[in-house]
Amino acid sequence: MGSSVTESRNDYILNVSNLSVKVQDQTILENISFKLRKGTTLAIVGPNGAGKTMLFRALLNLVPYTGEIEWADKVKIGYVPQKLYVSDIPISVKEFLMFKCDSATETEKCITSVELDTKTLLNKGLNVLSGGQLQRVLIAWALIGNPNVLLFDEPTSAVDLDSEETIYEMLNRLERENRITILIITHDIHVVRDYSEYMLALDKRMVFFGESEQISNPSLLQTIYGSGTVLKTRKERG
Amino acid sequence: MTDTLVLSLITGIGVGLSAGYLGSLMVLKKMSLVGDALSHVALPGLAAGILFNFNPFIGAFALLFASAIIIWRLERVTRLSIETIVGALFTLSLAVGILMIPQPDLLEALFGDITTVSLVDTTIALAVSALAIFLTKTAYKNIILGMISEELATSTGVNVAKTELLFLSLVSLTVAIGLKIVGALLVGFLVIVPAATAKNVSSNLFRYSVLSSLFGAISSSSGVLLSDYLKLPPGPLIVLAGIAVFLVAVLVKWASKTPAF
Repeated sequence: MGSSVTESRNDYILNVSNLSVKVQDQTILENISFKLRKGTTLAIVGPNGAGKTMLFRALLNLVPYTGEIEWADKVKIGYVPQKLYVSDIPISVKEFLMFKCDSATETEKCITSVELDTKTLLNKGLNVLSGGQLQRVLIAWALIGNPNVLLFDEPTSAVDLDSEETIYEMLNRLERENRITILIITHDIHVVRDYSEYMLALDKRMVFFGESEQISNPSLLQTIYGSGTVLKTRKERG
Repeated sequence: MTDTLVLSLITGIGVGLSAGYLGSLMVLKKMSLVGDALSHVALPGLAAGILFNFNPFIGAFALLFASAIIIWRLERVTRLSIETIVGALFTLSLAVGILMIPQPDLLEALFGDITTVSLVDTTIALAVSALAIFLTKTAYKNIILGMISEELATSTGVNVAKTELLFLSLVSLTVAIGLKIVGALLVGFLVIVPAATAKNVSSNLFRYSVLSSLFGAISSSSGVLLSDYLKLPPGPLIVLAGIAVFLVAVLVKWASKTPAF
């Protein structure tokens, strides 16, 4: 019995219990509890102001919180924030990646792993990249140091539909090949359906946590997104 | 070449390099006018040095450093922008400083005079410039990361609050040594114009920061040499030399973008 409990605990990379966050006496998150298995993808959904980004900030220990956040031993987290302010900074892709990684070889390896061409891209300015290229550079940034958890805050908010699918397929590949656990904040219910195993719906409190395939349930869809929301096929979206 | 001219040139090059280097960060942080406004905050410190007969640079730096801590703390507590807080502080300091500084020294405090530097002044300016360049280089990556995304910086282990305090202290240090060269009214030039010139012709950080330092040194040394040749005050000539470099960079960029007929 004891060994099966230990084995079961080892299957999880993250255990969050009764997590609450307040900022200037305002409740941003209240009583959130969930557990996440290693090597799976969790999609975090909810309306604006639901506390999705704050959940990431708490998971990264960037804000004070109450409750418990328990990461598995030897966890290494790669993080990609929602907004970057690069438009006015003359910094090349290589310089940006070298901020996190001392070795040029590792920088090139990370760029190649996100299917970008090192020869043409490394000396380009971050501020001239397309939305899709920038997002992939950020994924490369997150991959430096071989993390086993990746946190993405709306990774495709500034890219077109084709690039969006490529990015999610790449994340799925990383999850499969490297057994990386991925947490993605998204507004897109199709991402939940097509690219994640688990879903956490927030509206300051926890509205739902469970398997992503349940998103097809119309009453759950209505609870999370309001009436009139429908899931379209990929063909209908294009 | 006289000894005084050599000292002025060495001081100008040292301070130009460090102000240009730090200025490259100030321009990116959209704090160009903060350096200008902070220079006024130094005036009561300069005045104390003149009145009580100690090195005015020490008085200026002490006041600037105290102001940097006040600004840093107020920014964290009130979430007001640094420009707003500096704006509130500088007029008060300007008023107090002008009332305190004896009339004969007022002109030098406002416009500086690099041609009156002594060996001690040059040694202090070089040591402080070298320290400022070293500390800026050490913190450069963290400051840029904090600009790109505070969360990204924090998640990679950068203490954004401490980095900001170090940055403000470096600004104070640089403004304090810049006061001797171009004075309180023109010190903003040293941190704004060389960096603006470099930004115009740079596509990566290394080139930008190196060019910004070089343009700072070129402006200062050209101004000193022009001052010696024309027998005019050095402060305004340093500014004019820097603006000339800026205009050349703008023209070069403009010409490179204009298609040939």
